[in-house]
Amino acid sequence: MAKLSTDIPDLVEAFGPTLSRVPAGGWDDTREDDKLVKTHCCFCGQQCGIQLRVRSNKIVGFEPWEDFPFNRGKLCPKGIKRYMQDEHPDRLKSPLERVDGLGFVPVGWDAALDCVVSEIKRIQEKYGKDSFAVLTGASMTNEKAYLMGKFARVALQTANIDYNGRLCMVSAGTASKKVFGIDRSGNPWSDIVAADVILVAGANIAECAPITTDYIWRARDRGAKLIVIDPRMTPIARNADLFIPVRPGGDIGVFNGMLHIMIKQGWIDQEYIAKNTIGFEEVARTVEKYTPEYAAKIAGVPASMIVRAAELFGPAKTSFVMHARGIEHHSKGVENCIAMMSLALASGRLGREGCGYAMITGQGNGQGAREQGGKCDQLPGNRKIDDPEARKYIAGVWDVPEESIPGKGLSAIPLVEAIHAGKIKGLISICFNPVVSLPDANFTREALGKLEFYTNIDFFLSETAQHADIVLPGSLMEEDEGTTTNVEGRVIRHRKVVSPPQGAWEDWKILCELARRLGKGDKFNYAGPREIFDELRVASKGSVSDYYGMTWDRIEENNGLFWPCPTSDHPGTPRLYEDGKFGHPDGKAHFIPVEWRPSVEMPDEDFPVILTTGRVVSQFLSGTQTRRIGALIDQIAEPFCEMHPQLATKLGVVDDDYVKVESRRGHVVVHAKVVKTIRPDTVFVPYHWPHDRSANNMTIRALDPQSEIPEFKICAVRVMKTERPTDPIAELEVQAGGIR
Amino acid sequence: MIKEDFFIDYSRCIGCEACVQACGECDTHRGVSMIHLETIERRDSVQTAPQICMHCEDPICAQVCPADAIKKTPDGVVQSSLKPRCIGCSNCVMSCPFGVPKYQIDIDQMMKCDMCYDRTSVDKKPMCATVCPSGALTFTTMQEIQRTRQGVPVNEWKFGAEVVHTKVYVMVPPEVARVDIGLIQIQTTAAALPSDPYDVALMLEN
Repeated sequence: MAKLSTDIPDLVEAFGPTLSRVPAGGWDDTREDDKLVKTHCCFCGQQCGIQLRVRSNKIVGFEPWEDFPFNRGKLCPKGIKRYMQDEHPDRLKSPLERVDGLGFVPVGWDAALDCVVSEIKRIQEKYGKDSFAVLTGASMTNEKAYLMGKFARVALQTANIDYNGRLCMVSAGTASKKVFGIDRSGNPWSDIVAADVILVAGANIAECAPITTDYIWRARDRGAKLIVIDPRMTPIARNADLFIPVRPGGDIGVFNGMLHIMIKQGWIDQEYIAKNTIGFEEVARTVEKYTPEYAAKIAGVPASMIVRAAELFGPAKTSFVMHARGIEHHSKGVENCIAMMSLALASGRLGREGCGYAMITGQGNGQGAREQGGKCDQLPGNRKIDDPEARKYIAGVWDVPEESIPGKGLSAIPLVEAIHAGKIKGLISICFNPVVSLPDANFTREALGKLEFYTNIDFFLSETAQHADIVLPGSLMEEDEGTTTNVEGRVIRHRKVVSPPQGAWEDWKILCELARRLGKGDKFNYAGPREIFDELRVASKGSVSDYYGMTWDRIEENNGLFWPCPTSDHPGTPRLYEDGKFGHPDGKAHFIPVEWRPSVEMPDEDFPVILTTGRVVSQFLSGTQTRRIGALIDQIAEPFCEMHPQLATKLGVVDDDYVKVESRRGHVVVHAKVVKTIRPDTVFVPYHWPHDRSANNMTIRALDPQSEIPEFKICAVRVMKTERPTDPIAELEVQAGGIR
Repeated sequence: MIKEDFFIDYSRCIGCEACVQACGECDTHRGVSMIHLETIERRDSVQTAPQICMHCEDPICAQVCPADAIKKTPDGVVQSSLKPRCIGCSNCVMSCPFGVPKYQIDIDQMMKCDMCYDRTSVDKKPMCATVCPSGALTFTTMQEIQRTRQGVPVNEWKFGAEVVHTKVYVMVPPEVARVDIGLIQIQTTAAALPSDPYDVALMLEN
């Protein structure tokens, strides 16, 4: 069915989000902790080390872990408060069955699993294997990501599996593979500190990767120059030596313009280019026309800024180039990344201390999850699913006939479109909240309504889980164990801190039990995640992202190991490309020319303002976890529409007014936040909130043709002053989508 | 004895509130933070500033306390008010030049930052300075801060005619020897204010 079984306010009353404000057992400075467990944050790709305090199998607080080298005890507000989702009143502790008009009722595990398996069988028999799809996520361990990929290909034999990294790292990954031949940040974070110039594009580091701030500030205190490219003056841009307030979608103007000047001024490393790369001449020809004036027109900034950027970056001795979703969430996201990579490559400043390139991972295991088989086009070890050798090898590891492994399936957005078109009839999802996180949210909601059967594994009833027929209560990161791979490519160990509450299961157990009931138990016969990791090691053996030489014990002893790590005595590879050798078969890096082109939906007379979306520091992604933590909602309670005073004056809007922000696809009503730190042609709405407060009501379902990432960072809207809405959704608590 | 010093570098602050959230985690404050994270003027800038207790050498909060409820430790940490003594009069709240002490109405007592004395007195760093992801709050040795920062630490302030020395240092440009807090005329005309360095629209016009 997958239509809502009852009204949203009723579902919210029963399942939250409600706010947790007090640790389990209350504030208490008289009792000793039973233990302090060294593990990692469950949220972003920084994967900071943290110690969790445990009393009576309940997590009651945190303690910084100062010896972990990446973050040295530092944390952001999300990490500090993450434990407040443990012992949470909204926690799902029983499988739930949808009952029309009533919402959900608890049901036993046996009945729930039987129902899921019989629906999978019914749908696949009636409509074919591929009619049952899997949506998985990148906030899970490598072990679970691997298991999801295998579950889809072996237990369900469906081609249609994709993951929410499709909204995150795919543009960067695709570009990195094309240019460098390897999909990973090239350097450990310690190289940032040794750089003389740091170039940051489309990365709100202070809010989305706060720990990285200290690395940049340490470099600046050494005398490094900082260049920040962003339509908004973010907290790190305030202190940049050069801030370029680029027009959304205009990044290629800045990059190609900089390269144009660098070539003219001789600020490129001819010897490095000749020795280690191919294709430079064509790129040089392409950027020939990107004079500062031409580039400035595309970028929407004064030409002098582009000249200054080239002057700072070009002649530097060492440099670090980093980007994130700001340049990647575009219908030309891959090309944006490629243009930026060309700067690093032409400078010859890669693979050395203080010389590097990084993409800033968004999700906790954004790096690892895309390597282990959650992507529609990849088998474990970053292997292409249509590569006969790769298929043969993985078929051997899985002990299945090669021809039983499906081919390339649909990526996340086409998959939801196939649901909408009635081609996909059944869905199982985990670690993914598409109703909040996909573009064009009204379309996503409509699509879910067309499913014949939908089951969702989660620990809270997310806005997407509200649509499920069967909900299976899974586990939080701290209730299971395994590994993740952080932003640097460092594989780290997550400890099981407490057991899942009575009635909830570890996710891997749920999947293995489903596989068993589907008749594939012999392929999913694991005693625990350690055995899954041991199989994953073998599956990745010989691949680009080789984990074969790693064990959980080695990972712990070394505070993490960087891939590739092919043998048990290999120290891991913190820095790639040290010898000028790249990942392509010819060993070279490949320059690729890119031309700027307009975004899919540019502003016009009817929708004259550019909307760009993003995150705030106290919330994480679709908010399933962070909108349940009181202190984080107190910090930033509601989404808002950031606009420049010039635009506000034109619209007759003053700070804190209610405004309706509307695109061709949908709208939100939020408060106006009038600030001089944003371009006057652009408004910004953060996307963590649901329903009528969801920025993705407005965003466009336009994809990059190569990475199939949605164009979250630009669509056309109109903004108008309005009254406070008084409908039932508006009356909800702010964390549930209400407005005050 | 506390062996290291506390340094605030406002230029590094990113306004993330990790300090505020971590401070509130202390079981003794029960979810209430003793740090104030000031947003200077959000319309004009993203500048924020964390305010911990500066631990004055001669704390005016203690001087004006009619109940003698605010004590300083031998190593210079100015403590929260003593519960049996505090009468909730808020003299300290009004007198502090940094705006640090806050009267907590629900417990009828003044509470403020005590530099995590439970931690610092046993050789741990204060919680806020441990977690701060930008290094705006740092607890380390004078030698280390001088080695790693371009700014210089000062702990002398002038409020009008009053000179105050604090245990906590702030990082300032090398040419600054003391932080002078001058008086600004209310209703200053726009023309008298410095030009707006963070207005993106002005940047685009150049």
